[in-house]
Amino acid sequence: MSEQNKKTAIDLNNLKAGGFIKERGKDLFTVRLRVPGGRLPVERLKKIAEVAEKYGQGAVHLSVRQSVELININFKDFDAVVAELGEGDQRVASCGARIRVPTACGGCEYNPNGLVDTQASALEVDRTLFGTPTGHHKFKVGFAGCPFDCPKSAINDVGFQGAVLPELHAGDCIGCGLCAKTCSDGALVMGDDQMPHFNPEKCTWCGDCLKVCPTEAWQAAKRGYTVRIGGKWGRYPLVGTLFATFLPENQVEAFISEVLAWYVEKGTGRGRVRLGDLIIQEGPESLLARLRTKFPESVVDATIAPQIINTQVGTRRIPQ
Amino acid sequence: MNVIDLRGVTCPTNFVKAKLALELVETGEQVEFLLDDGEPVKNVPRSLKAEGHKLLGLKEVEGHYVLTLEKGAE
Repeated sequence: MSEQNKKTAIDLNNLKAGGFIKERGKDLFTVRLRVPGGRLPVERLKKIAEVAEKYGQGAVHLSVRQSVELININFKDFDAVVAELGEGDQRVASCGARIRVPTACGGCEYNPNGLVDTQASALEVDRTLFGTPTGHHKFKVGFAGCPFDCPKSAINDVGFQGAVLPELHAGDCIGCGLCAKTCSDGALVMGDDQMPHFNPEKCTWCGDCLKVCPTEAWQAAKRGYTVRIGGKWGRYPLVGTLFATFLPENQVEAFISEVLAWYVEKGTGRGRVRLGDLIIQEGPESLLARLRTKFPESVVDATIAPQIINTQVGTRRIPQ
Repeated sequence: MNVIDLRGVTCPTNFVKAKLALELVETGEQVEFLLDDGEPVKNVPRSLKAEGHKLLGLKEVEGHYVLTLEKGAE
């Protein structure tokens, strides 16, 4: 066999956005697949199974961020794997310092708690921002449909949580008290007048009162996303803090883009810094002010830096 | 009045029992469900509303709740 024939040819364009992750074994890689919001049409699932059976070693791994990962893939098969997945419209995801595939809960189409269409938001962000290089570190986005927050939105760089602001149309209220009984936050109590009284300070905007009301007396005054920024997990976890409330669903992409622009600019020259650590270093005011110019209706008056979680192990690096 | 006692029955069994009980009732008839405090009284009324039944009222009686509803169309 000649020297020429031993050379492996790989289309390096396939590797641009990442998604191919080195495994322990020689020549073996994990191929992370792009499944925005964790919803996978059955036809695509079948194609994934077919490719996994052909090129893998009998199993796939379901990642924590809703991806299907093909495991034990030989790097010589990259082109064939990408091509065959492509026949089923299945793309490879990303890794590294880029905008990752957004996660989302089931949303509002079939989940009775969902207040907003998180699946639509995840698909939109995946379509428009997936793979965008940040220049500094990874950038994760997640969508929860309601304050139950199954997707843990606040540990994303930008985390969205569906919200609805209730408003009583008193003329339609029959004073049954179901809303007050349903409210988990103590934001609704029945008064001596047999009418519910709303304390907005206590409300987390879950919309349970709207859902249970027999006469539709509770209506949505506002609907959108509660937005927290600067979260992450890993060695030194941070919980993101509140930057916007009731952000309209159609402003999600523009909002993330503005946060990204701030991150790219402020992080330059600071090495491999994550958004939350950068906000701690800079203080939250500069990002808040920048967002307020574009989203004055939604951005909050004041906020705090991302909150450090004490893991009780190691010594947290003090951000410079 | 039909009275369905769902006390001591946890979610989601209480809701499924409520659905089965409602199969034996005509549209427009009224039913009373006896529900425990906590998760049952928080969840069962909302789920029954989502199934198309008309909630008429809720009252607390001796440590449990009585939900009155009118059966919706099949």
